[in-house]
Amino acid sequence: MLELKNITFDVNDEDGAKEIIKDVSLTIPDNKMIVVTGPNGGGKSTLARIIAGIEKPTSGRIYFNGEDITDMSITDRAKSGIGFAFQQPVKFKGIRVVDLIRLAKGSELSVADACTYLSEVGLCAREYIDREVNSSLSGGELKRIEIATILAKASKLSIFDEPEAGIDLWSFQNLIQVFESMRDNIHDSSIMIISHQERILNIADEIVVIRNGVLAAQGPKDEILPTLLHTESAVDGYCFKQQGKAARAAAAAN
Amino acid sequence: MSELKVDEIQKRLLAEVADLHEIPVGAFNIRSNGGSIGRVSTANIEITSKEDVSGIDVRIKPGTKRESVHIPVVMTVSGLTEIVYNDFYIGEDSDVTIVAGCGIDNCGPKDSEHDGIHRFFVGKGARVKYVEKHYGSGDGKGKRILNPGTEVYMEEDSYMEMDMVQIKGVDDTNRTSVAELAKGAKLVVRERLMTHGEQNAVSIYNVTLNGEGSSADVVSRSVARDDSYQKFDAKIIGNAPCSGHTECDSIIMDNGRILAVPGLEANNVDAELFHEAAIGKIAGDQLIKLMTLGLTEAEAEEQIVNGFLK
Ligand SMILES: Nc1ncnc2c1ncn2[C@@H]1O[C@H](COP(=O)(O)OP(=O)(O)O)[C@@H](O)[C@H]1O
Ligand SMILES: [Mg+2]
Repeated sequence: MLELKNITFDVNDEDGAKEIIKDVSLTIPDNKMIVVTGPNGGGKSTLARIIAGIEKPTSGRIYFNGEDITDMSITDRAKSGIGFAFQQPVKFKGIRVVDLIRLAKGSELSVADACTYLSEVGLCAREYIDREVNSSLSGGELKRIEIATILAKASKLSIFDEPEAGIDLWSFQNLIQVFESMRDNIHDSSIMIISHQERILNIADEIVVIRNGVLAAQGPKDEILPTLLHTESAVDGYCFKQQGKAARAAAAAN
Repeated sequence: MSELKVDEIQKRLLAEVADLHEIPVGAFNIRSNGGSIGRVSTANIEITSKEDVSGIDVRIKPGTKRESVHIPVVMTVSGLTEIVYNDFYIGEDSDVTIVAGCGIDNCGPKDSEHDGIHRFFVGKGARVKYVEKHYGSGDGKGKRILNPGTEVYMEEDSYMEMDMVQIKGVDDTNRTSVAELAKGAKLVVRERLMTHGEQNAVSIYNVTLNGEGSSADVVSRSVARDDSYQKFDAKIIGNAPCSGHTECDSIIMDNGRILAVPGLEANNVDAELFHEAAIGKIAGDQLIKLMTLGLTEAEAEEQIVNGFLK
């Protein structure tokens, strides 16, 4: 279980001080899949980076399974069971897919076992296992490898930041299955997915809406999802659909 | 190494520089502390000592296919300085692998230095893979110094790949490599270099593309850590319709310093030459990514550097 207590995060840039996260308190209970959504720039990724220890909150405390981890390093948080799939996967020179999966797993791992994680995210393992994690891979491929490493890490809390970004329609079907099966096999662990996709929101136990750095809404999926789909622009796809409709209506009126 | 008289340190050096754990198959010459301690020629590859200076001539018969020559050098005596001249005559249409390399273990107070001057005469249509590893060990005050000089003369349609590796323990190195390519010849250089402590490494390439359709690809990946210094100076001269590429991709750590001096000279309107050079510290997001997988910062650095130099 993860608890955020009154987290704020301020930055200083040319325009002066800015509050990116404003007094956010949030609990991610065990055995639950939480989907965090909300408009771009709202602070979702920042919140995930604060949980992983990449950013230090300006104030507030973070508890992981009862332990105060606010001052814990990235490494120690990873070791104590936090996994984080980045929104933008990192590229390396000379580090292969199999190396990254092994590092994530944290133990000796046969090539065959490493391959199962790639197959899970819909990559033909044989073709990818020895490839370097560099710019010769497409954005979607890197994204799926990133997800595979977090599957291999098998953390108490796994965070996925916009896993759907850059993934084509065909792989997206497969991705939904990956998360559905994670949801079904959840055991003494929890999952946090940052997403704009209705189909991912749909498999959540709970939905959290972050807007302008504020926790705007939190509740069971059945309560929150209808409010998003009918009154909000939090779901990008929906938002574009509405803009498209408005544009078509305007064109028709002329 | 059953039939060779080598001690444990020599054995370790041979394993480091030439992957030799036993007597190599094919032709070889093993040089230790200033003299040859084992030599074998084969039907197609003849190794003979030079008369006037110290060194060997390696003659590979035309058409020799898939054979190898190992010519490792080890030094374990402090204070030894030697210059060795090795010439390779690679016959037309042959296809061979040449493994050189020098390992110096210096536990003493005086500098040990090996300067290997290698000349390659690559015949028409021949293919050569050349592997050269440098390695130093021992904690004596005396330095481990290597100043290799390499000259490559490539005839029509020949191909040569040079793998140059220096990862550990060499205090001072000044490497000069010169190549001249005739029509259709192709040279590929892959250099991997890591310096640490107070080490100093200079690597100079001068590649002249004289023949139509000749090409060169010179790529160096290097890491300079602690207080070490590196200079990479790669020049390609295009005198004909040809193509050339140099690249220096470097990581600096601690107080490491690197000077990259890429140089291109086109003397023919159809010469296509380009260079790339990038120097910088390890990308922060690479470190962070590996730390989120549970590695410490030092472990993450090691993984990134090892991958980079692989
Ligand atoms: N370290 C930082 N310095 C300056 N601005 C930042 C920093 N971190 C985040 N921001 C800003 O905070 C806002 C929220 O960003 P982010 O968390 O990426 O939003 P989301 O993931 O919801 O799209 C953005 O406007 C971003 O530019
Ligand atoms: Mg984001």
